[in-house]
Parts: sequence; structure tokens; C-alpha cells
Amino acid sequence: MTPLLQVKGIEKRYGARIGCTDVNFDLYPGEVMGIVGESGSGKSTLLNCLAGHLEPDAGQVIFDTRVDGPVDTVTMSEPERRMLGRTDWAFVHQHARDGLRMSVSAGGNIGERLMAVGDRHYGDIRDKAIDWLGRVEIEAARVDDRPSAFSGGMQQRLQIARNLVTGPRLVFMDEPTGGLDVSVQARLLDLLRGLVREMGLSAIIVTHDLAVVRLLADRLMVMKSGHVVEAGLTDQVLDDPQHAYTQLLVSSVLQV
Amino acid sequence: MSEYNFAYLDEQTKRMIRRAILKGLAVPGYQVPFASREMPMPYGWGTGGVQVSAATLTPEDTFKVIDQGADDTTNAVSIRKFFENTAGVSTTEETEKATVIQTRHRIPEAKLREDQIIVYQVPIPEPLRFLEPRETETRKMHSLEEYGLMHVKLYEDISQHGAISTAYAYPVKVSGRYVMDPSPIPKFDNPKLEMDAIQLFGAGREQRIYAVPPHTKVVSLDFEDYPFEATKANHLCDLCGAEDSYLDEVIMDDAGNRMFVCSDTDYCRSRRETGHVGRLAEENAA
Repeated sequence: MTPLLQVKGIEKRYGARIGCTDVNFDLYPGEVMGIVGESGSGKSTLLNCLAGHLEPDAGQVIFDTRVDGPVDTVTMSEPERRMLGRTDWAFVHQHARDGLRMSVSAGGNIGERLMAVGDRHYGDIRDKAIDWLGRVEIEAARVDDRPSAFSGGMQQRLQIARNLVTGPRLVFMDEPTGGLDVSVQARLLDLLRGLVREMGLSAIIVTHDLAVVRLLADRLMVMKSGHVVEAGLTDQVLDDPQHAYTQLLVSSVLQV
Repeated sequence: MSEYNFAYLDEQTKRMIRRAILKGLAVPGYQVPFASREMPMPYGWGTGGVQVSAATLTPEDTFKVIDQGADDTTNAVSIRKFFENTAGVSTTEETEKATVIQTRHRIPEAKLREDQIIVYQVPIPEPLRFLEPRETETRKMHSLEEYGLMHVKLYEDISQHGAISTAYAYPVKVSGRYVMDPSPIPKFDNPKLEMDAIQLFGAGREQRIYAVPPHTKVVSLDFEDYPFEATKANHLCDLCGAEDSYLDEVIMDDAGNRMFVCSDTDYCRSRRETGHVGRLAEENAA
């Protein structure tokens, strides 16, 4: 089986400082990879390098495209990379405001990717938008409301709908539950788990919340100071941490 | 007259503007940056159009200026006088006789010919501006032909108003490539953008020139189930009885009386001279 994404020796430096370095992993179709670590450990830098938002200084990100098979997305042309960003990839931002157009209705937000890939039938676009609102548990009646009239949790769910409408194969998520209260977090995680399993999505989730990776991720990478210090199956890493930093991380979680 | 160089601008500036115009004609719909000069009129009064006209005019040209279709409004009169003073070209109010026409917000009703040039005054040349405020990003979207966002605006129109409510500055795709703002002309005029004359667009404040060469395909954007419609007020002209021209609504009194008249004053006048009479013109005569 060909991995969907092969990451080889990715490095990103900010001058003399290390963003992330020597990151290697394979992601197979349907697999969910979690990346955890403290603030400033290079999680988001890594995610942005993988998603093509930042140009890495070294390394390859090889994506298994539908047409041409495995291609290095770092060296591919910008139009091709942006096309991937609209079709096979999705990016869920931590702050819904970064991923949504706040002055455009919920339906328009969901329809944007459809129109970007050439959908030109208003009725179809609207039907799909309403269908997706339903899937992320937002009432169909709110299709013409602007996201600014939505609660934080609804905005985040809308962002997810907007990203998944074109049926991507790989979803990048940057702390999707950050800034939401715990009950809303739980619902969102439930929803995400359902969608990921149902659509057979592969995902890379960056978070500092261990509960999120416990619930969603098959595999886990622990980062510290730009390096991957431990990687393995989620349960294995969390239940039997080997590296000193991972042990610290696991033991830092408050038990209620 | 002799105190000014011909048509106000110096020759180097006109050369620079002509280069931008030629580039614009070579790449239809592409916004060419140019070093817009300070003109003796405020931004928003047609500084871009005036510079393009100045670079286009020759001493033999006959010049016409229209503002919202009319030849006799402040903007039209002052720009016409400006070129009478600085270039000494002959001017006219008749579309037929003009060789260079500078316009704001309208395309004349009379069909333009191959030997004519029409210059549009453009306030905001970037059709994506209100959807994506970053110029770096809109330029990238143009260069990569990513125009999905333009349809998001039309989607929003339909979802809010049940129809595409954009009535002016209706976005078009030129020659199958660039999406272009046709300046704030009513969408009634959009089908006329495929014409025999050369069309030049000048935005002074935004420092952009773009162009549509003659006989170029210009398509108004729309949805399959909500096709583009060139709309106008559903009336006849009250002065000349024309049914095919774009109409202005004029409030007559505070009792709800109103009249509709051709916005193209030259078209209306020429029709009345050939004996066409509208509803209110008859009453006056009687």
C-alpha cells in the first residue's frame, strides 16, 4: 500500500533558531496522526510546512495525488499546490475566523470551495451547503446567516463543513478544539471522529490536548524544541511513555 | 493654449501611458500598473480617464465626454473644456462624430465603430477588492486564474435577494482569461462590451490601465440556473419614446409623479429630432 503522505527530513529554521528539524513519517490512507508538544515546540511550523503554507528549508513532502501518483509538494508548482489546497487537502484553523469569510453567509462559505473548482449551478451548490450544515449539526434555517452571528463552536463546525465539502483525502487540523469550552469540545470531537471514520479521511492533528489525540489519533508524535522525541501508537505512547519529556507531559494532565 | 504641452501631459508621460495601453491591449483585461500623474482635478473626477484620453488624443480628433450618459453635467462639461483649453481639439456631443469618447458610468446607445476609441473612468479596477482586500492575494488570484470567489459574491446576491442583484460594475470575463471590472456601467450595458471600437480603462488613484481590444469576447459571469440578464426600467422614454435605451428615473413632484428619460442625452435628442415623441413630450406640445 502506498502511503498517502511521506514526510522525509523536513526542516524549517527561523534564522539560527530551529522551527522543526529532521521530521520523518509516513501517513497511510484512513490514518489519523496526532502531533503533541508544548507551545513553541514546532508543531504548528511543521503543520504549515506540510500544508504548503510555509516553505521548508530542507526535506520532502510526498503526497499521493489522484492523477500522477506520489509527487513532492515542496517542489511542485504553486498553481498545482494551491489546487491541492482546494481539492484533496483541507486545513482547519484553530481560530474559525482565520478559516472563514466572516462577511459571507454560511452557505457562501461552504459553497466557496465548490465554486473554486468550477461548480456553477446555484441550486446544486445550495443543496450541498444545506446538506453539510446538517452533517455538522447546524440548522438548515441558518444557511443565510453570517458566521459572525454563530457561537464559537458553531463557527468551528462551519469551518469543518466548508473544508470537507469537496471530499478531501487529507485534513490538516491546528488545535481544532482550542478555545472551546469542554462540553462543546466533546461534541466537536464526537462529530470529527464520526466524519473521519465515515469518509475514510486521513488527518494530521496538532494539539496540546492529550484527550483529543487519545480520542482521534491512531498514531502519535511528541515534539520538543523542534525535534520529534517519541513516536508510536497513541495508546502505547500515552500509557507507557519512554522519553522524559513525554512522561512529564502525560503526568501533567490534571485528573478530575 | 500655447502655455500647455498638447493635451496637458508632457510627452514622456504620454509615452509611458501609451506603453501601458499597448500592454493592456495585448493582454485583454489585465490591469497594467502605470505611474499615474497628479491631474488638476480631484481623484474620483476621472483623473485616470483624462490621462488615458490625453495619451490617446491627436490634434485631428473630435472629443466627446459623457457622464452618466449626459453631455451637459458638471463632470462632462469640465473635462470637455479642459481638453478644449489644453489640446485645442474640436469637441462634439454627437456620438457619431466623435473619434475619442471619454465616459463615466455609461456606454452610448449608438453602436460604436472601428475608428472610435472609448475611454472609461474607473474608480476601483479590482473586481475582487471587496471580497479579498489584500492586493498581493488578488494579483495571485488573477495570475493563477482562481476566480471562484467572484461567484461567491453572486451566490450571496441570490441567497439574499432571490436574484443576482449586482446592477452595475457587473464582473465580466474577458477573452476567456481575466475577470475584469467594467467600471460602474449598468449591467444593461454589459452586452455592448463586445464592440468594434477600442475600449480603454483608466484608474488614476489606483494607477491601473486595462483594455479590451475590438471584437473581443466578453462574458458576464453568472450561474447555470440564474443566467445573466441585462436589465433596465420597464418603461418607454417619456421624451422620445425609445424602448431600447437605458432610462433614468426623474421624480417630478411630491405626489408620486415621475418620468423616465433616456440617460444617453445625445441618443434622446437625435431621436426627437427625427420626429419620435414620448408620453410627456406630447402633453407639452398639446
